[in-house]
Amino acid sequence: MTQAATNASDLMVEMRNVNKWYGDFHVLRDIYLEVKRGERIVVCGPSGSGKSTLIRCINHLEEHQKGEIVVGGIPLTQDVKRIEQIRRSVGMVFQHFNLFPHLTVLENCCIAPMWVQKKPRKEAEALAMEYLERVRIAEQATKYPGQLSGGQQQRVAIARSLCMHPDVMLFDEPTSALDPEMIKEVLDVMVELAEEGMTMICVTHEMGFAKKVADRVIFMDQGQIIEENAPEPFFNNPQSERTQLFLSQILGH
Amino acid sequence: MSVRPNIRPVGHKPPFWRDRAKRALIFQIILVAVVAAFLAYIIHNTQANLNARGITTGFGFLSNTAGFGIVQSLIDYSSQSSYGRTFVVGLINTLLVGGLGVIAASIIGFTVGIARLSPNWLIARLANAYIETFRNIPVLLQIFFWYFAVLRTLPGARDSMAFGEAFFLNVRGLYLPQPLFESGFGLIPATFVVAIIASIALIIWNRRRHEATGKRLPAGLISLVIIFGLPLLVLIATGVPVTWEMPELRGFNFRGGITIIPEFLALWLALSIYTASFIAEIVRSGIQAIPHGQTEAAQALSLPRKLVLRLVVIPQAMRVIIPPLTSQYLNLIKNSSLATAIGYPDLVSVFAGTTLNQTGQAIEVIAMTMAVYLVISLLVSMFMNWFNARVALVER
Amino acid sequence: MIHNKDTIPQRPAPKGTIGPIAWLRGNLFNGPVNSIFTLLGLYVLYLLVVPTIQWAFIDADWVGSSREDCSRAGACWVFINARFSQFMYGLYPSSEYWRPNIVFAMFAAIIAWMVIPRLPFKRWVALLALLVFPVIAYVLLHGGYFDLPRVSTHRWGGLMLTLLLATVGMVGALPIGIVLALGRRSNMPIVKTFCVIFIEFWRGVPLITILFMASVMLPLFLPSEISVDRLVRALIGLTLFQSAYMAEVIRGGLQAIPKGQDEAAAALGMTYWKRMGLIVMPQALKMMIPGIVNTFISLFKDTTLVMIIGLFDLLGIVQAALSDSNWLGFSLEGYVFAAFVFWIFCFSMSRYSQYLERKLNTGHQR
Repeated sequence: MTQAATNASDLMVEMRNVNKWYGDFHVLRDIYLEVKRGERIVVCGPSGSGKSTLIRCINHLEEHQKGEIVVGGIPLTQDVKRIEQIRRSVGMVFQHFNLFPHLTVLENCCIAPMWVQKKPRKEAEALAMEYLERVRIAEQATKYPGQLSGGQQQRVAIARSLCMHPDVMLFDEPTSALDPEMIKEVLDVMVELAEEGMTMICVTHEMGFAKKVADRVIFMDQGQIIEENAPEPFFNNPQSERTQLFLSQILGH
Repeated sequence: MSVRPNIRPVGHKPPFWRDRAKRALIFQIILVAVVAAFLAYIIHNTQANLNARGITTGFGFLSNTAGFGIVQSLIDYSSQSSYGRTFVVGLINTLLVGGLGVIAASIIGFTVGIARLSPNWLIARLANAYIETFRNIPVLLQIFFWYFAVLRTLPGARDSMAFGEAFFLNVRGLYLPQPLFESGFGLIPATFVVAIIASIALIIWNRRRHEATGKRLPAGLISLVIIFGLPLLVLIATGVPVTWEMPELRGFNFRGGITIIPEFLALWLALSIYTASFIAEIVRSGIQAIPHGQTEAAQALSLPRKLVLRLVVIPQAMRVIIPPLTSQYLNLIKNSSLATAIGYPDLVSVFAGTTLNQTGQAIEVIAMTMAVYLVISLLVSMFMNWFNARVALVER
Repeated sequence: MIHNKDTIPQRPAPKGTIGPIAWLRGNLFNGPVNSIFTLLGLYVLYLLVVPTIQWAFIDADWVGSSREDCSRAGACWVFINARFSQFMYGLYPSSEYWRPNIVFAMFAAIIAWMVIPRLPFKRWVALLALLVFPVIAYVLLHGGYFDLPRVSTHRWGGLMLTLLLATVGMVGALPIGIVLALGRRSNMPIVKTFCVIFIEFWRGVPLITILFMASVMLPLFLPSEISVDRLVRALIGLTLFQSAYMAEVIRGGLQAIPKGQDEAAAALGMTYWKRMGLIVMPQALKMMIPGIVNTFISLFKDTTLVMIIGLFDLLGIVQAALSDSNWLGFSLEGYVFAAFVFWIFCFSMSRYSQYLERKLNTGHQR
């Protein structure tokens, strides 16, 4: 660990000795990870290294079989109420956006505040418009997701998560399904979010983004954390051979 | 040519067989001529044949006396009634078995389809076995099975299978008690209607309240209680103004009560079970067509399981399910015409069967029968087009 | 900074998350509701399977020649045994059974050739099957040529007739269906209207009314000196009915081909028929095969309806055998046998079409 955790309430996400198997396949091996409030983590690694699985365990989209996960002081168990409680404080952005195609952009953003937080429609809509404006897409509020470009859809997905006022945001390869010219508009929003002090865990290969905003970069391979460091030493002086190889492959051209 | 498609090069006029527009026009004129000639040929032959057999065309026969009885009729009918009345009786019987079949097939089909997706391995396998068994056996064979191998081998009236002292099943059909309503009974349907209106009002109010304050009641549950509880309360309060006429064995047969003829039972069972296997498959694939990402996104937004289904999965699945579902309903109604094979008096059986044989008015009878089914198909496909246009997902 | 030099080895999953016990707990007994469902399911299975096995196998009579040989409580398979050749060939003279047998064998060989992916020359086999096989089959079955005694069509029946109706209906419907589908997509308004009316008419009415029409009205439509065989009348009805459904399957397949394919072919200077025949149709046909197999399954089941207009297909001949006074009371056995035969055919065809669908989908799925 870089520093011993100073205060337990400061920790947003704690993972201790987390292990996960798909059938016989050991996908996550002895994961230890602590994320403090306001910290920005970038997770990278070759495909199949378990990085998506890692963050999907945090909001229990995947179930871990061994170890301990604590989110915002609440230990993650099989208790459905507790899982829902944790999910309320954890926002997630997916690779393929997963906007609800039968609802308008505004309705996509209002659905959780109205049904989970039991907000009046007016209030939920005002909140949604506020966040849609922040991701610069308010003028599309009455359209359906199918009418938007990929970059626009991903920004809506970010706004949709923000409407729940999450304490942590998880990003699961948010730009890898996008055309190159749209990546920037999404990254800009993410950078702004980071600058406002949002706790973020991002699985991404956007190394420029990692250099700019990350407090720590984590490199995973074969289900384990290989290397973990601040961005500058991580990129300039990678310790592990596997990290060096990986970095040379994605930065090499 | 793609830049200014409407302006032709000056000074160049192709011969007409190389001009696209003219070629299409000529082709269509030839097509119309061929079809017209074909129709004329058929009409000419038909007239000649009808003349030779001494049959006059026209719909006059509809007012003639039919002279045969029909075992099941929801309206007044006797052998003195006209062929026109026969047509109506047949149509009503078709719609009866079709309507009840649609209801039963939907209930079985949705249940089996959802069971097919159950996380319980055994239940999913059983549902799959149901689907694979019944959809791969011809429906006519299933009708025969229920009719000849099950219902026709039941004991006679004297040895009826009795369920309580009220329900009797024997080779002549299923006998149920018939409710006889006393004077005060009108209050109960009235309460029922009031309860439904109250429930609708409650649901609307609840939705408005949810929008305004974010709070909501379990309105669906409350409505169910109101709709069934209120009439029940009134029924008890008014001292149950219903008497039941029980079927009773008199001599060789039952008298009184309601009789459901075995032909109806066999047809209804076979059509429902057969169509349900297709509906189950439609429901399964409809729900599975919703990408898993949709469920995950809804879960990540912390929607509880019930709301994930209600707000995200079901609304999207219904778009996929409803078009093939309606075509299964149409198939069921069309398949009800197999009634003629076991003698259930549906439209095809009494009209395209008996009436045609007695009158020989083949053209009119078959045209009227086909027209009925075509009108039903047309109405349903008009509904489908309207529905598809309404719910189509908006894309770029 | 963390730097894990050592690779953590792959370890087996903890006990209780894999293996048969974990499977049982995960799939059958996860939670009280599911456990109740499992027990209920087991009970239903017990209620269904035990009496069925008892009836169909344990208590059944298998050998014998008359109903007196059926003394036990279970099924009397003797009845099926005694009538088996009728169920297969109808009233076809038994001395001539070798003729349908050859046709059956050729038919099976062609199907096997088309279905087994490894075998080469599929196109040529298909062409032979469509052009030469029908002629051979007709000559063999009907006779009247090469010293073969004539067997008129009213003696044809059983499974042979069922297969014949379904295949002829299908093969006849394919070209009509293609024309109708192209017509429906055409931008010539009259052609399009004709095709739409034609397709929607046949799809809108029950098959039984079409068969009535073919058997009652067709003779009226033709000059009185032409009389059409009852079997041919049924075939005309089935073919027209099937062609409408086929047209819709083909239209669906054509719609699935990206417009760019047609545009690219047009850019190469191809005419309409060349574009359709060389570029669009070959791709579309491949995608249509599952749909075509599915409509064929429907048609195969629907051929049972011909018994209502007096032909003895498999179900018709079983039904007729059931009313034989020597064998009264064995309707269950008769229907179970017929259902089994139909089920084998339909189930294997539907499995094949699912397999094709999966094979086609692999290209599109992530």
